[in-house]
Amino acid sequence: MSEFAGLFNYWAVILLMMVGFYTLISRSNLVKKLIGLNIFQTSVIMMYVSFGKITGGTAPILVEGDHGEAVEHVVYSNPIPHVLMLTAIVVGVATLALGLSLVVRINEAYGTVDEDEITAKDNAQ
Amino acid sequence: MSHNLPALMVVIPMVLAPLAALVGRWNASWAVAAGACWWALYASVSLLMRVMDEGVIRYALGGWPAPYGIEYRIDLASAFVAVIVAMIGAVSIIYARESIAQEISEDRIPLFYAAFILSLTGLLGISITGDVFNVFVFLEVSSLSAYSMIALGQDRRALTAAFQYLIMGATGATFIVIGIGLLYVMTGTLNMVDLAERIPAVADNRTIPVAFTFLTVGITLKLALFPLHLWLPNAYTYAPSSVTAFMASTATKVSVYLLLRFFFTIFGFEFSFERMQLDMVLMPLSLVAILAMSMVAIYQQNVKRLLAFSSVAQIGYMVLGISFGSVLGVTAGILHLFNHALMKGALFMAMGCVMYRVGSVRLDAMAGLGKKMPWTMAAFVLGGLSLIGVPLTVGFVSKWYLVQAALERGQWGVAGVVMVGSLMAVVYIWKVVEVAYFGEADPDHEIREAPLSMLIPTWVLVIASFWFGIDATGTAEVATAAAETLLRGLP
Repeated sequence: MSEFAGLFNYWAVILLMMVGFYTLISRSNLVKKLIGLNIFQTSVIMMYVSFGKITGGTAPILVEGDHGEAVEHVVYSNPIPHVLMLTAIVVGVATLALGLSLVVRINEAYGTVDEDEITAKDNAQ
Repeated sequence: MSHNLPALMVVIPMVLAPLAALVGRWNASWAVAAGACWWALYASVSLLMRVMDEGVIRYALGGWPAPYGIEYRIDLASAFVAVIVAMIGAVSIIYARESIAQEISEDRIPLFYAAFILSLTGLLGISITGDVFNVFVFLEVSSLSAYSMIALGQDRRALTAAFQYLIMGATGATFIVIGIGLLYVMTGTLNMVDLAERIPAVADNRTIPVAFTFLTVGITLKLALFPLHLWLPNAYTYAPSSVTAFMASTATKVSVYLLLRFFFTIFGFEFSFERMQLDMVLMPLSLVAILAMSMVAIYQQNVKRLLAFSSVAQIGYMVLGISFGSVLGVTAGILHLFNHALMKGALFMAMGCVMYRVGSVRLDAMAGLGKKMPWTMAAFVLGGLSLIGVPLTVGFVSKWYLVQAALERGQWGVAGVVMVGSLMAVVYIWKVVEVAYFGEADPDHEIREAPLSMLIPTWVLVIASFWFGIDATGTAEVATAAAETLLRGLP
């Protein structure tokens, strides 16, 4: 039980990943596909952030004593995964923005955002 | 200046991209883009020269040494791929001028060139970086700009093609990030050299095979290995002509390079091939890709689509070479990477010329074109010969190496499949030749030869595909040396 609780973050990651990926595959509505993609990407952000956290660790800013000297034996969390995820968030936002603008143009061109209807219209040509 | 060349090769195009978008006039933005592409060609060729003279170049970005900062690490394989990318970029930017002016409305052209340069930047960045997270960032830079370029195609199906590519590409990239994260959590580093040193110690942990699997699936999605190729045919068919020529010769090639980098440099030959038995997965898939996709190509009516399916088959050849896991096999893979970039670039450019004058690349619209556009169709035939693998063309050189690699292993069946694939290429190239040279042209329809600014780049690639086919010693030497460095792993 404690193992489950200790790995709670990772269970959430797996759940989100599966929900996002399933939505991405199964939905025919293009906007819903993008929502699925975004949930999928967000789960990865959560995974990285969980990697970086160390139990009892503090923010990675040098802890100073009363007289300005560095205090030893302080546990810091790892900042690198968090920094990486700032980049990944930017990438995710750019992907989502581009995807949504494509959906807008698809809607203008086809009058629908449903994949099955788009395929039907293409085949009817 | 020359010390900072690795960084400048990537940074100068990146800085020029917003400039191309801001200058406003389409001619000026084309000039900026051409400058960026030719600069990249100069920089990559001089880097390749330096690597051949002095060995691996390690460059610390911003002066931060390896474990703290991002490192660019340029060995023979990466310099070679960078040269391929820059060369195709430099040729297709010349080609793009007329073709894009016709295909895209004037107010969007500056934005198009900005996306073009960004895509080039990303591809160059992937090929020379030594940091795995940096790979992901550059991959997304090149992919996002590629999606937007494809969406600029004239047909409305370009939009759905771009969307489909976006969904599959973003999924692939996310798989790659998951793999990178799992590697980081086991080793505490993102530097490729450090990763290669630390992975063997933890390779027994289940996390490393999982990371390996995620990376393999993610990268094969990006390089369109059968059956993960579904985004490719539509994207290549409906994208603007010059984008198709550029992407078909560079984007998938860089992904093949990534595959090599991860399998051989980072995980190492023993882990990838002996422990994970990668060849058991890659070889059947690439054989199916060669046979099934060539078969599908035979039945296409749209020639750009035909060439797109043939591209998936050709990627099968490259991956087949890699899956042998021998020096000869990897050499064949790297050689075919270069050779296929030349011939597919030429073929797609020839089709772009047809698109420019005729407005369609469907077979029925191409009847009798051999007389009306003799230079274009001659380029197509010569490129097609190379695709088939006729002696004196580059296609022959790579198939020769591939067959040798198969026979070295005693796998006669695999060598047979390579031959059958070539025969199927004869069929689908012949279909086009038959219509163009023996079909009756519509006499009322006046069609002129394509403009010189499009013909010359096409012919440059055609001539190059014969040049490197007749004298293959230079490219074969570089490819062999690159394969040896990859297989030896890190010193």
